[in-house]
Amino acid sequence: MIPAGFEYHRPGDIASAIGILQEHGDEARVIAGGHSLIPMMKLRMTDMSHLVDLQAIEELKGIEIESDIVTLGAMVTQHELITHDGLASAIPLIREAALQIADPQVRYVGTVGGNVANGDPGNDMPGLMQCLNATFELSGPDGNRSVAAREFYEAAYFTAREEEEILTRISIPKPGAGIGQAYEKQKRKIGDYATAAAAVMVGNGTASVAMTNLADTPIWSEDASNALAGGDVEGCVAAMLDAIDPVADNRGPVEFKKHVAAVMLRRAIDRAQNRAG
Amino acid sequence: MNDQTLTPEERAANLKGMGCARKRVEDVRFTQGKGNYVDDIKLDGMLFGDFVRSPYAHARVVTVNKEAALAVPGVVAVLTAEDLAPLGLHWMPTLAGDKQMVLADGKVLFQGQEVAYVVAEDRYIAADAVELVEVEYEELPVITDPFEALKSDVVLREDLEGQTEGAHGPRKHHNHIFTWEQGDKDATEAILAEADVVAEEMVYYHRTHPCPLETCGCVASMDKVTGKLTLYGTFQAPHAIRTVVSLISGLAEHNIRVISPDIGGGFGNKVGAYAGYVCSVVASIVTGKPVKWVEDRMENLMSTAFARDYWMQGKIAATKDGKITGLWCHTTADHGGFDACADPTKFPAGFMNICTGSYDIPTAYLAVDGVYTNKAPGGVAYRCSFRVTEAAYFIERMIEVLAIKLNMDAAELRRINFIKADQFPYQSALGWEYDSGDYHTAWEKALKAVNYEGLRSEQAQRIEDFKAGKTRKLLGIGLTHFTEIVGAGPVKNCDILGLGMFDSCEIRIHPTGSAIARLGTISQGQGHATTFAQIIATEIGLPADDITLEEGDTDTAPYGLGTYGSRSTPVAGAATAMAARKIRAKAQMIAAYLLEVHDNDVEWDVDRFAVKGAPERFKTMKEIAFAAYNQAIPGLEPGLEAVSYYDPPNMTYPFGAYICVMEIDVDTGEWEVRKFYALDDCGTRINPMIIDGQVHGGVTEALAIAMGQEIAYDEMGNVKTGTLMDFFLPTAWETPNYITDFTVTPSPHHPIGAKGVGESPNVGGVPAFSNAVHDAFRPFGLVQSHMPHDHWRIWKIANGLGMHG
Repeated sequence: MIPAGFEYHRPGDIASAIGILQEHGDEARVIAGGHSLIPMMKLRMTDMSHLVDLQAIEELKGIEIESDIVTLGAMVTQHELITHDGLASAIPLIREAALQIADPQVRYVGTVGGNVANGDPGNDMPGLMQCLNATFELSGPDGNRSVAAREFYEAAYFTAREEEEILTRISIPKPGAGIGQAYEKQKRKIGDYATAAAAVMVGNGTASVAMTNLADTPIWSEDASNALAGGDVEGCVAAMLDAIDPVADNRGPVEFKKHVAAVMLRRAIDRAQNRAG
Repeated sequence: MNDQTLTPEERAANLKGMGCARKRVEDVRFTQGKGNYVDDIKLDGMLFGDFVRSPYAHARVVTVNKEAALAVPGVVAVLTAEDLAPLGLHWMPTLAGDKQMVLADGKVLFQGQEVAYVVAEDRYIAADAVELVEVEYEELPVITDPFEALKSDVVLREDLEGQTEGAHGPRKHHNHIFTWEQGDKDATEAILAEADVVAEEMVYYHRTHPCPLETCGCVASMDKVTGKLTLYGTFQAPHAIRTVVSLISGLAEHNIRVISPDIGGGFGNKVGAYAGYVCSVVASIVTGKPVKWVEDRMENLMSTAFARDYWMQGKIAATKDGKITGLWCHTTADHGGFDACADPTKFPAGFMNICTGSYDIPTAYLAVDGVYTNKAPGGVAYRCSFRVTEAAYFIERMIEVLAIKLNMDAAELRRINFIKADQFPYQSALGWEYDSGDYHTAWEKALKAVNYEGLRSEQAQRIEDFKAGKTRKLLGIGLTHFTEIVGAGPVKNCDILGLGMFDSCEIRIHPTGSAIARLGTISQGQGHATTFAQIIATEIGLPADDITLEEGDTDTAPYGLGTYGSRSTPVAGAATAMAARKIRAKAQMIAAYLLEVHDNDVEWDVDRFAVKGAPERFKTMKEIAFAAYNQAIPGLEPGLEAVSYYDPPNMTYPFGAYICVMEIDVDTGEWEVRKFYALDDCGTRINPMIIDGQVHGGVTEALAIAMGQEIAYDEMGNVKTGTLMDFFLPTAWETPNYITDFTVTPSPHHPIGAKGVGESPNVGGVPAFSNAVHDAFRPFGLVQSHMPHDHWRIWKIANGLGMHG
């Protein structure tokens, strides 16, 4: 459990961080909370010669709540997501999901940016952001660009982010009044990745449904969302079961995961519908 | 000066002796982060060792190329079997009479096996150099199933080829280790043939791991000037380790000092000797510098001793009224690549023959076959006495299976088969003499405490609601009545490597009336410094707060066999009482001299000797202590100290009644413990708070084992559960509340009547949780399903019973 040696960088602004990434290419990685990357390095499954710590970059911090949009800095911790008063009323789904991530100690350090940018299919925030139709803002040598969360994930640990880009902010449209939200997660114990998790928004004739850890990327399903928008719960579940592609692991075989996925989804839908105006 | 104003009760309370919920004296340092563990030890010039381990479960080691590793600045040495062979240290004896490779000698037999040992100037260099050691392997067929092993042509232990006689008798096959038989086979089979009812079932107790928070490690420090080796380590048996090191290294035993510092949990994992210890000692002798080795979590889970992995085929016979007439058990025991079980020599399957449990079963037969497979060695007693959890789980499952066959309530079936209070001492069909017990009293108290009848009514309603589609949750009521066998043990039949399993205590009283006591045991969190001081306090009338307790340094402590199998209180606790009584006997003579009366004219009164009939004339123990050092007393040597080596006449047999009430979601397999009631009878209770703590910890480990914890392998022998993400270690979040309760049935042969309790909650807890799962599904047709009962396996039960539509 001892990582190979590496150089540690702690830039003070985004431009400097990008400069370091440009200098070292694929031998460098940014590190936010470190709760995904450091264990991989300790297991020697990842070997990085240069770590670029984003802790000192003020531009990456802060939660802003405007009339129709919420912006999260990439370095906002899960703990801040949970304890921020305005956020809990603006988008209660974020707090509900963050409380299901890891444990309090990890949440003090783990960040929302790291969670969405790493591309780990086990992480909760990517599916949540797809459900919320968030947009990720990226900064790189060629400037800034935006990528929709629903377009961001390509495969496990592969995303639309280029090697020399940094995910800086997350913009989330505020769900309208009358939209019910719910996050349902089955896990084996505190700190575990989901056996299956479902994020659901429904109300006013609209719906959005995404699931976590049931494929090599998070799964947002347009068909499932449309079915639910039309009030067809079983149609939504069937469409989602078509979309997911779980693999067997210590949590159980595929058959079990599909069953639990349907159960989680139905429960999330039920709670979201009860909360809808 | 003499205080006559306090009542005897007040004086007794001031001692904080036996029965007092005295706070743990150890916790002052532990709660402040001031403990001193092996990894806290830092010596001048200390080097660090790290292992190259096999990625394969079965392979030939063709070549080991050290060159690239040795070229790294700071790397001192890379040891292989070839380097150890001239010293005869490339293999080491195991506690089970087998031998085990220290470093791979031509082949590897399990994933994670030690292949080479890198020694470097710092821990990071050692880890980097491990990556650079190039090992060429040639893969061999892997066997992870013990039944397949006994049929396979693949020879796992080529070093034993042609040996038809093992340490425990004849070997039937090249992958077979031993057969151990107890009881009367013919009589048992005759009863099975004629019985009204016979229930038969395979009960598997899966492979798991003790997983102490602190992993195993050591610091070996050879002083080339004095010729003395000091070995600090996470040893549950420091004295035995000293003897073993002397025997295998050839160093004289007086030149070896073994020190167990603070230990962060052992649970059996730290009883045996590991390759890391041998390599560190060799490296220190060769370099003349201290060498530290501490394994990481994955190494701990993959390579140091596992627990269980017993396939127990059972048959239980009864009359149609439910009176059990016979029990038959054949166990296939998967020991992994080497037989490194930690059991008393004459008991290759431990005390598995306690498997008649709490029941009066007149005829029984047990056979155990030990088998080699391509898994890590071990088979230690994980928070239990040797193989007692296996035995308890087996009989408590067989009782439930029989209850189903008889269509009888499982509480009632137990009630009509318990050994009765007037049958003690009770001779079991498999060879034990149970010292004392009152099972019916404990059982009725437990059933009443949880309102058993009320729970069954609620369960019946729940089943109706479920069938009517009103709920998707089932209610399980898990019953267990267990009997343990702890306190190994009588030297006449219990030894490890020829060392009799007595234990010891030495007490010195200081002139001002305080004391130091040293024992042959070693606390790993049990609170010995707290409880053993309480025994002494009550026995000799000095406050527990004035008694220091030391363990774990073989240069100062008397010889003992260590702490495991709940043996500390039954054996070392007895030695403590006996040493204290020797002191009190001398104190009586001193008191009589000071009071100018005959020895027999004084009597003991809590903390003093008083003249019979004249209680105002007395000498306190404190006064007597001073007199022992400043008075010339005719016929008595100065000083006040004693030592006792205690050879117990019998084991002790703690017992208990545990009941678990569990809610189960049939759609997800999720479970919730609604209530857990634990009644323990451990005889005389020394510190009720520490007993509660032991029960809380032990039941939590039982919860882990029953509900998710396992060491799982794939077909290639890869460990699938090598991190705490997949190996279930409950946190506060997963841990339910426990209700603890007790009865007190003292051991008749123990000096203070105590029996040991640390492991009862694991022994009783596992079947209570498992039986709750089974009980929930019993109305729907479930008879037997193997642990661990994690979500998907519970879901599989429901799915198999057609509960998902």
